[in-house]
Amino acid sequence: MKPARGRGDLPDGAVPLAACCLPADLPGPEEDAEALAAAAAEAVESLPGGRRRLVLVIENLECAGCVPKIERTLERLTGLVEGRVNLTTRRLRLVWHDEAIALTQLLTPVLALGYRLAPFQVGRLEARDAEERRFLMRCLAVAGFAAGNVMLLSVSVWSGLWGDMGAATRDLLHWVSALIAMPAVAYAGRPFFRSAMAAVTAGRLNMDVPISLAVVLAAAMSLFETMRSGPETYFDASVTLLFFLLIGRLLDRMLRGRARSAAENLLALKVDSAMVVLPDGSRERRAASNLIAGDLVLVAAGERLPADGRVVSGRSSLDVSAITGESLPQSVGRDCKVHAGTVNLDGSLTIEVTAAGEQTLLAEVLRLVETAEQGRARYVRLADRAARIYAPAVHLLALATFILGLAMGLAWQGALLNAIAVLIVTCPCALGLAVPAVQVAAVSRLLRGGVLVKSGDALERLAEVDHVVLDKTGTLTLGRPVLLNAGEVMAGDLQLAAGLAATSRHPLAEALVRAAGPVPLLKAEVREVPGAGLVAEHPDGELRLGSAAHVGATDPGDGSESLLWLRRPEGRLVCFRFQDELRPDAVEAIAALKAQGLSLELLSGDRPAVAAEVAGTLGIERWRGNVNPAEKTRRLQELAGAGRRVAMVGDGLNDAPALAAAHASLSPAAASEASQVAADFLFQGERLTPVPDAIALARRSRRLVLQNFTIAISYNLVAVPLGMAGEITPLLAAVFMSCSSLVVTANAMRAAAGKRDEPVKEPAAREAVAA
Amino acid sequence: MNALLYLIPAALILGGLGLAGFLWALRSGQFDDLEGAKHRILQDDDEAGRRR
Repeated sequence: MKPARGRGDLPDGAVPLAACCLPADLPGPEEDAEALAAAAAEAVESLPGGRRRLVLVIENLECAGCVPKIERTLERLTGLVEGRVNLTTRRLRLVWHDEAIALTQLLTPVLALGYRLAPFQVGRLEARDAEERRFLMRCLAVAGFAAGNVMLLSVSVWSGLWGDMGAATRDLLHWVSALIAMPAVAYAGRPFFRSAMAAVTAGRLNMDVPISLAVVLAAAMSLFETMRSGPETYFDASVTLLFFLLIGRLLDRMLRGRARSAAENLLALKVDSAMVVLPDGSRERRAASNLIAGDLVLVAAGERLPADGRVVSGRSSLDVSAITGESLPQSVGRDCKVHAGTVNLDGSLTIEVTAAGEQTLLAEVLRLVETAEQGRARYVRLADRAARIYAPAVHLLALATFILGLAMGLAWQGALLNAIAVLIVTCPCALGLAVPAVQVAAVSRLLRGGVLVKSGDALERLAEVDHVVLDKTGTLTLGRPVLLNAGEVMAGDLQLAAGLAATSRHPLAEALVRAAGPVPLLKAEVREVPGAGLVAEHPDGELRLGSAAHVGATDPGDGSESLLWLRRPEGRLVCFRFQDELRPDAVEAIAALKAQGLSLELLSGDRPAVAAEVAGTLGIERWRGNVNPAEKTRRLQELAGAGRRVAMVGDGLNDAPALAAAHASLSPAAASEASQVAADFLFQGERLTPVPDAIALARRSRRLVLQNFTIAISYNLVAVPLGMAGEITPLLAAVFMSCSSLVVTANAMRAAAGKRDEPVKEPAAREAVAA
Repeated sequence: MNALLYLIPAALILGGLGLAGFLWALRSGQFDDLEGAKHRILQDDDEAGRRR
């Protein structure tokens, strides 16, 4: 469905204002609620007892203050069983009695508060993610419980070593430890056992194979030792190992889950609804996916086009930036071809659908994104690359220890015990914990800076980048025009034009109003001529503002600037010139990227003249204009073929396939949905410096991960010989393990600490990305 | 050493209660929204009809 209030409300495509700040009396929530309810019909689930459940994405849920606002409003309604907002996923869950209250009655008050809602169907992948996370949490809880209690008993045994503990007491403590540890290992070890089994049956080795072996062998051997009242058991080591590793596994999974839910929210928002004019002249709201070629669709000003088509009647201008990256609106009239995803700015249009759903240009681009993304799936994460070397090495060492033990004349139990000790001390605790810990620390640091990271390996990929390709409109620029010649025109003319322009939502008119500052609204009736301009009846005569043709002027422009003309009542013409505005810190950000040793390139869908000028201002040597989406992707593949690791920064729908094809990609948060889905990083706000910041942080976390590997290896250089010599007692193993885990975790935390002078984004933006 | 006979069970039962409590909280969805929970504690909720 269409978010009840379209993008047209956000003139500059900026981050939506917190809903709390929106006026509460926006018109027409009932109508929107009906449309929304119709679009949501498929997502409503039936529960026993005549109850219905619906999950909605709240597009502009920005701060924690919104939560009680929505929930209190809903609480007053009878017939509602549950209305709860989830701030993490930014979703609203409604459960209600079908016969007591209609869905529209539930939605109207929420829409009236100014929130934009979209129905959400929980994807199968996401449901599985949530189930897996809960499973890991249960395992973690069990492992934690067991680790705590077994450690308590083990400490008693160890202190007894120097004291007067009798063999019977020690055996009793061992037996209790066994009773706790055995079921705990069987329960909490399952995530590792499963993954190890899967790897072994597929003929591969992963990190979980030595982990599983160490845990199982340690527990089994300890049980055997307990039965023959031996002095040393490793119950504590096996459960603490599980505990530490489960923490790492859970951190990793939560990171991935957060990324996935953000992506699925965006997909839910993508769906639009359409007002269809039926052959008998009546109108009907329908989901955009149910449109077929030949349908007549009415698109009001401010709405997004639901399908590709041909204009049948009406004149208007369209914001096509999502498709082409072109910042200036395009005038359309009868028989013009229009595309889904563009936004209708002023007049209303009737469109005959030529392609809907999967056949639209928008869907075509999304398919390109999917194809391009498959290349990226081949990326092997650092931890996995380390495991490929580490796991066989550990197995060989343990085997060598066992054989060495036998050769030295030990009994098989003794030799096996030594081998197990080696498995335990070399266990990739440090590795399993260190990589996710670094990534979580880095990701939360980026979140504070207003950057949403969609996956952990995106950080690793971004750290390897050596070339950056930038898009122009909406990426280097804000994608909104500013008045260039404010100093040349007379103040009175500007005031007059701005008073007239205040009634329009056209980007140029809005730029005029911004430039003029507060001006009194024109006290005359203003008429909008769609696709042309504005006309007002002034006491002294007719006042016109708009295109050259609208005021009867000849357009002298070379196409690098956009013009707006004012014709005063006495017939004098005034010309206003506009240009897209660079992001305030673009120069600084580009300089920072260069300082990081990256080569830069500008690829723009805009006219070459404009691209050249922006490249010149920012000092980017390589640039190309008039580049279409396929060419952008081809250029990226060409670079990748030449061995370059390319980061793509872009926002338009035209950039989406290129974003997916790049080694790593970044998008502003105001980007088109397709780009947001395709990009690895989304940065909030008007600044561009998050891009060099993210690259710097990615490189730092890569350094920290490698440091942690070094720490783990040097620790093994000490521990392994000791273990092979049979000098590792359970006490030493526990001390070694905890120390190495603490050291790598503490080292990982350095990714979160950062330059103190770095400005932290305002809270609203932070909440938005945290979701 | 007789103290062990009730201290060990006591430790296990207390730990077990904690574990059971956590599993219950997990099952009842209290870990589904970690972001919202930290803000909810600051909200005035003296109005009746607060839902789990």
